[in-house]
Amino acid sequence: MTALGKDLIGLETLAPEQIRLLLDTAEPFKEVSERPIKKVPALRGKTIVNLFFEASTRTRISFEFAEKRLSADTVNVAATGSSVSKGETLVDTAKNLEAMRIDMVVIRHGASGAAQFLARRIASNVINAGDGKHEHPTQALLDLLTIRDKLGRIEGTKVCLVGDILHSRVARSNLWGLTKLGAQVAVCGPRTLLPRGIEELGVTVFRRIEDAIAWADVLNVLRLQLERMEAGFIPSLREYYRVFGVTAERLERAPKELLVMHPGPMNRGVEIDSRVADGAHSVILDQVTNGVAVRMAVLYLLAGGKPELADAAKRGAPD
Amino acid sequence: MRPLLLRGGRVIDPSRGYDQTADVLIDDGKIAAVGAGVGAPDGAEVRDVAGRIVAPGLVDVHVHLREPGNEDEETVATGARAAAAGGFTAVCAMPNTDPVTDNQAAVGFIVRQSVRAGFARVYPIGAVSVGQRGERLAEMGEMVGAGAVAVSDDGRPVASGHLMRTVLEYARTFDIPVADHCEEPTLAAGGAMHEGLVATRLGLKGIPAAAEEIMVARDIVLAELTGGHVHLCHLSTRGAVDLLRRAKERGLRVTAEVTPHHLALTDHACEDYDTHAKMNPPLREAADVAALRAALKDGAIDCIASDHAPHAYDEKEAAFDDAPFGIVGLETAFAVAYSELVPGGVLSLPELLRRMSTEPARIFGLPGGTLAPGAPGDVCVLDVSDVWIVDPTRFHSKSRNTPFAGRTVTGRAALTVVAGKVVHDAGAGAGR
Repeated sequence: MTALGKDLIGLETLAPEQIRLLLDTAEPFKEVSERPIKKVPALRGKTIVNLFFEASTRTRISFEFAEKRLSADTVNVAATGSSVSKGETLVDTAKNLEAMRIDMVVIRHGASGAAQFLARRIASNVINAGDGKHEHPTQALLDLLTIRDKLGRIEGTKVCLVGDILHSRVARSNLWGLTKLGAQVAVCGPRTLLPRGIEELGVTVFRRIEDAIAWADVLNVLRLQLERMEAGFIPSLREYYRVFGVTAERLERAPKELLVMHPGPMNRGVEIDSRVADGAHSVILDQVTNGVAVRMAVLYLLAGGKPELADAAKRGAPD
Repeated sequence: MRPLLLRGGRVIDPSRGYDQTADVLIDDGKIAAVGAGVGAPDGAEVRDVAGRIVAPGLVDVHVHLREPGNEDEETVATGARAAAAGGFTAVCAMPNTDPVTDNQAAVGFIVRQSVRAGFARVYPIGAVSVGQRGERLAEMGEMVGAGAVAVSDDGRPVASGHLMRTVLEYARTFDIPVADHCEEPTLAAGGAMHEGLVATRLGLKGIPAAAEEIMVARDIVLAELTGGHVHLCHLSTRGAVDLLRRAKERGLRVTAEVTPHHLALTDHACEDYDTHAKMNPPLREAADVAALRAALKDGAIDCIASDHAPHAYDEKEAAFDDAPFGIVGLETAFAVAYSELVPGGVLSLPELLRRMSTEPARIFGLPGGTLAPGAPGDVCVLDVSDVWIVDPTRFHSKSRNTPFAGRTVTGRAALTVVAGKVVHDAGAGAGR
C-alpha cells in the first residue's frame, strides 16, 4: 500500500497530510517540464490507460504529458459515442482492463461514482479524472498548488468558488481540499446552482458577487455550461454575466489584490471577462502548468514511489 | 384436504384483540375454531407450534412480480413463493408489467398464474390509465370483474390532476382504492436519491421531499373533492406524514402505507454509491424515519407494504445514476419490521401484526387479516426468537437486490398456510 492507498478517487477521503504530501511531491516534478529533455524514468515499464467516457482536451493531455514525462507506456481510449449504455460499458470495461493486467487507469466518466465503481473491481490503480458531479481531485490539487505558489500558504486564505457549484466536481474537490488544509471557503452563484446543504459543509454563501470579491483572497471561477441555461437554471447567459460575471470593473473596486483562477475551458464574456482572464490577477495558465506536475506526483505516489525519492527520480536515478 | 390443527402457539388475532395461548383449527380451507383445547378431528394433521406466534397470514398491498415481461427477474410463481417464505398469504401485484396490466385479460392472466402456482394469493392491481400513459382511463369495471382489487399507475405516477380526479370519481362505483405513487415528475426528474447533504457530497441529483409532498397534498384535496378512496403508496417524508395526519383528522378517505426500508434506513445507505440503496421514493433523513415510525404507531399510517421490486443482478451492477430503482422485500419485510420496531417499543407485536395483516386486508377490501371462524384459512406461524443473517442467495425470489444482505435480523416465518394448505414450511428443508 502506498502513502495514498490504491486509488485516487477524491479529496473527501484523504487526510490533510496526504494532500500535503501530494503537493510537496509535485514540487520537484515542476522542474522536469522546464528541461530540454522532459523525461524521467520513474514509471518505466508501467502501462497506463487513459479512459475517457466524456470529452476532454485539457485534462487528458495533461495526464498524458505527466505519464510520458515519467516514461510510462500509455493508451488513450475515448469511449464517447458508444452505443452501449454507460453502466454496461463500465462493467465490461473493468473486466477487460483487469484481463489485460493494466497497471493504472485514469478514468473520466459522466456518472458520479464511476471511478470508485471501477476501483472496487480491478486491482490496478485508478485515478479519477472527473466523475459526474462528484470529484475531480487532480484539478483541485493543481488549484491548491497554484494558491500555495502565489500566496505562500493555503491555511487562512479566503477562497470563493464562483458559479455553478451544483453541477461542479471541481467545486466539490476544491471544497474538501481547501477546508482540510485550513482555508476559509465560500461559494457565490445563483441559488439555483448551489446544492442543498452546502452551508452544512462549513461554507459561507454569498448572494452577490460584489460581496464575494470584497471578502476573498482568491476567486476560483467555474465554467458555466450553456446547458444550464437551456435547462432553466438561469434566464440567460447575458443576465448571468451582468449579475455574476467576474469583470474588471468589479475587481477594481476590490479592497485588495485578488488571485483569479479558472479550471477551463473558459466562456469569455459569461462567467469571466476577457480583461480579467488575460489580466494581472489571472493565474489561469499557471494552473495549467501545475496540472502536469501534480499529475506526475499522483502517478508517482500511486505507483509506489517514495516521496523522499521524488527528487532522485527527477534526476533520473535508477529506481 | 385434511384438517390442520396448529396446537399450543401464542395466537394473536389483531382483528379481534385476541392474544393468548391456544389452538387454531383450519378445516375446508377456512378457520374452523380458535381456543384452548380445540380437539383434532379424525384424520387431522396436527402441528405443535408451542413457543411460536400464530397470526393471520401477512398481507402485502404493494409488490411487483414482473410477469408478464420480465420473467428473468420474477414471475408470479416465484414472487408468490417468496411471499409465502416471508409469511405472506396474500399480495397485491402492481400493474407496471410489460405489457401493462390494464385490461381484464391481463388481470385474469395474473389470477390464473397465481392459482397455478399455489403459494400466496395474488390479487392484481389494474392500471389507472391505458398503458400507464396517464391519458385515458383503463377499463376499471372489467378489470374488477376479472379480479382486480385496486387501480394504480405505480411506477409512472399520475401526473395529471384531471386524470387523478377522474379515476377517484370513477372508482367509487366499484368501491376500490386508487393507489398513488406520489411524485411530482418535474421536481423528481433525473433524481437518483434523496435531495440533501449526502446527495450533495456524492454529486448525485436529488429528489426533493417536496416532490412527494406536493402530490400527497393534491391527492388529499382530490379525495375530498371526489369522495374517492386514495391510498398513498410508500410514504417517505415527514411533510407527507403531516399532510396525511391532517387529512385523517378531517375524516377523509385517505389511507397510507410505509415500507420496512423507509422505517429502517436513511440516505446514508447510499454512501459508497451502493445501488442496493437506490429506490423510489428514496431513503430520506433520520427525522423522516422518526416521523414515519411515529405515524405507524399512532395509526396515521395504516399499514406496512414491501414495494418488492426485483431487478436482475447486472442491472444493479452499474453506476448509481444508471441503476434502476427498487429492492426486493418479501423475504425480509417481517424480520426487518420486527427488528426495527418491536424490541425498541415502537410497536407491540400485536400492533405490528395488525399493520401487516388486518389493516392492509381491511383497506384493500381483501379476505383475510383475521382468525375469525369462517374466515379464509390463511395463517402464518412466526418464530420471533429466530435470529438470522440475511443471505440473498437463499431467497426464493429470482432477484437478490437487497440492502439488508449480511444484516442480522430477528423473526421469521416458520409456517405459512393458505386456505388450509401449508405453502411454506421452514423446517421442512425443501423450503430453504
